[in-house]
Amino acid sequence: MDNLRLRFSKTGRAVYISHLDLMRTMQRAFLRAGMPLKYSEGFNPHAQISFALPLSVGTASRCDLMDFHLNGFMSLSEIPFRLNRALPEGIEVLEAYEWENKFKNIKWLDVEGVFEYDDRSPSEMLPGLMDFFARDSIVIKKKTKSGVNDADIAPAIRSVAFDAGAGVVTLKALISAQEPTLNPELLPSALEQLAPELKPDFASFTRMQIYDAEMRIFR
Amino acid sequence: MDKRLRRILPRVQKPARYTGGEYNQIIKDKPSVDLRMALCFPDTYEIGMSNLGIKILYGAINGMDGVWCERCFAPWGDMEDEMRSAGIPLWALESGDPLLAFDAIGFSVGYEMAYTNVVNMLDLAGIPLRSAERTSLTPLVFAGGTSNVNPEPMADFLDFCFIGEGEEMDKELLLLLREAKAEGWSKQQFLSEAANIEGIYVPSLYEPIYNDDGTLKEMKVKDGAPEFVKRRVVTDFDSAYFPTAPIVPSTEIVHDRVTLELFRGCIRGCRFCQAGFVYRPVRSRDGERLVRQGIESLESTGYQEITLSSLSTSDYRPLSELCDGLLDFCIPRSIGLSLPSLRADNFSIDLMSKVQQVRKSGLTFAPEAGTQRLRDAINKNVTEEDLLNTCRIAFEGGWNNIKLYFMLGLPTETDEDVLGISELAMKVLWLWKSHASNKARGVNITVSTSCFVPKPHTPFQWEAQVDMGEYRRRVALLREHMRAKAISYNWHDADTSLIEAVLSRGDRRIGAVIEEVWRTGGKLDSWTEYFSFARWITAFEKCELDPKFYACRERTFDEVLPWSRVDIGVKPEFLWHEREMCYKAELSPDCRKKCTNCGALSLMNGGRCDG
Repeated sequence: MDNLRLRFSKTGRAVYISHLDLMRTMQRAFLRAGMPLKYSEGFNPHAQISFALPLSVGTASRCDLMDFHLNGFMSLSEIPFRLNRALPEGIEVLEAYEWENKFKNIKWLDVEGVFEYDDRSPSEMLPGLMDFFARDSIVIKKKTKSGVNDADIAPAIRSVAFDAGAGVVTLKALISAQEPTLNPELLPSALEQLAPELKPDFASFTRMQIYDAEMRIFR
Repeated sequence: MDKRLRRILPRVQKPARYTGGEYNQIIKDKPSVDLRMALCFPDTYEIGMSNLGIKILYGAINGMDGVWCERCFAPWGDMEDEMRSAGIPLWALESGDPLLAFDAIGFSVGYEMAYTNVVNMLDLAGIPLRSAERTSLTPLVFAGGTSNVNPEPMADFLDFCFIGEGEEMDKELLLLLREAKAEGWSKQQFLSEAANIEGIYVPSLYEPIYNDDGTLKEMKVKDGAPEFVKRRVVTDFDSAYFPTAPIVPSTEIVHDRVTLELFRGCIRGCRFCQAGFVYRPVRSRDGERLVRQGIESLESTGYQEITLSSLSTSDYRPLSELCDGLLDFCIPRSIGLSLPSLRADNFSIDLMSKVQQVRKSGLTFAPEAGTQRLRDAINKNVTEEDLLNTCRIAFEGGWNNIKLYFMLGLPTETDEDVLGISELAMKVLWLWKSHASNKARGVNITVSTSCFVPKPHTPFQWEAQVDMGEYRRRVALLREHMRAKAISYNWHDADTSLIEAVLSRGDRRIGAVIEEVWRTGGKLDSWTEYFSFARWITAFEKCELDPKFYACRERTFDEVLPWSRVDIGVKPEFLWHEREMCYKAELSPDCRKKCTNCGALSLMNGGRCDG
């Protein structure tokens, strides 16, 4: 069976599993589930799997996608059932289906974030946060392979909304998932660089949904 | 998860090793549990999770009703710094609960360089370091593992030690602890009772008394404790518990594969090898059972690699049938089978060719010494002819990567023996030149030497270790004679070997040195990033102890050794006889040719030795 896609969530303790380790974990889970993945030919055969948007360590997701090919036939509804018994705590397959849309058509990502403030009042932070992310241009220093570059992250933020809770500010943001990719962790690091008084003591994120350029939910 | 921990994890290297949550971990319902044990490994997650003993104990102990056994490993330095500055005490992976909440804290200590880590982990857990400072019944702190055959260097820190194999002993101990908790025993009362369990050594019941020259006068037995603590073995090894659903780490570890245990003990009797004596008698597992366990483990873990564990794979009688049985399952599924610790003989190379249909790795042999005389003296039953013959067949078969392991500083070693190593390596290189099937690919011959460390309960337990200067001279001599480009030479550092030698044969006074090293920052001493020779030397000076007294001094047969209350099975008289045979450069037969009455059969309660 070819051109299959998994939609899965990665939460709780599993958020600390790195991208490379997740690939290994998935391959083993398929074997434990009695569903051998198709392997590449050649000297060093490897499972043909690919992930839509590699997730950074510490970020949770409720909408991650992985493409794969299976040896043999299996009903699509059976796949999540079998895999969920074979996966470690925190990784849960939501559905499996044949894909029609290529990963390159992913454009927007809906993330929820939690900014924790230990000694400051979250509601007093709200206006500053809103003003900051309403700027037309937010130029930050970004570490890349070739050194430290200036990058304007404002165009990659389509919308962002904040709300104050107990000890925390929660945010919902729609950010660019690809071309350019905006790692949500750059939101607090922008504050650290440009408005340190607003920087939270800790920030964590969860991917909620992905969309194409026309804002249709991507599957 | 603890809020402070959640903030730390994204900042440390490889955070997945600190979170638990792996597939096949065992979670129990706390209200149904009346005894909680933390199974601690005093090294990193990647090392500890690779350890077969940990997997066996974890499964066996969790098989008990009402007992929940969780894992705990040493954090890497970055994590330790974060934990200390945030004030997070060391926790167990499954529940995330701090170690202080546990009834029993057991360390599996495989090598002496981990001793400072045991101390560090106790401190990270907020548990008083010394047994005498822990007055309540729980948490009990104890240790088992190979290095415990001399329990004395760690005696001050541990409430008791397991001598021998833990899977049955652990359970008996936990049942006794359950009774003690229910009836409100004192710790003292518990320890006197525990001393009656075969294999349990309670340091507080043995008092070292010293002569003026620093040697031991006696190990005085107190309060009716057994005169000797007999090493505990699993007598019915074939049907003993084996974990076929081990935890599958979510992050990469050192040995990330299924491991099958073929047999315990070794028939060879190499005189330098501690494992070869302290794991006797030989007990094997049935081949068909192993194939079943292998398939079951591969299916339950999803691993794509399986390996065989024992002290000498070639000596497993039905090895061919076992490999065939496993390969029938593995080949169609592209699962790799690897065979470690093969002997350098023709049979091995045939087997390697069969097994390595999937991938061809390098070949590793351990001749241990460079000349036949010295190999005979250490009872390493490998002839130069065997070794060269095997290499020839391997080169003809297309292998071009060979590793050779040796030791320097073996008893009776001369410069001729040292240079014998380079001569042997040259002979292997010439063989390649005349027999290689594909010369265009070149050849790699790697020669590694380590520094011999005399170990307790071996024929060399009375030997002086060669001093560091002399060891370095021998390395330099060998380096001068390793001129060929295709041969690379690696040598092990003499510093660590000296410390290892002291810790191996140390007495109870060494505990103060271990504590002092830890107090001045020592931990993770088996890692070159952390080991500091200067720190150890300063600690010896402060404690007014001379490392050479322990490492570089020859003992007489009559000297009371710190481990003399431990009955390993093999008799001291037998070991002494083997030592004399070494000085005559004479071989002793392996256990299959002729039983040498080593004494280990006495551990079997009427069972049979499969030598």
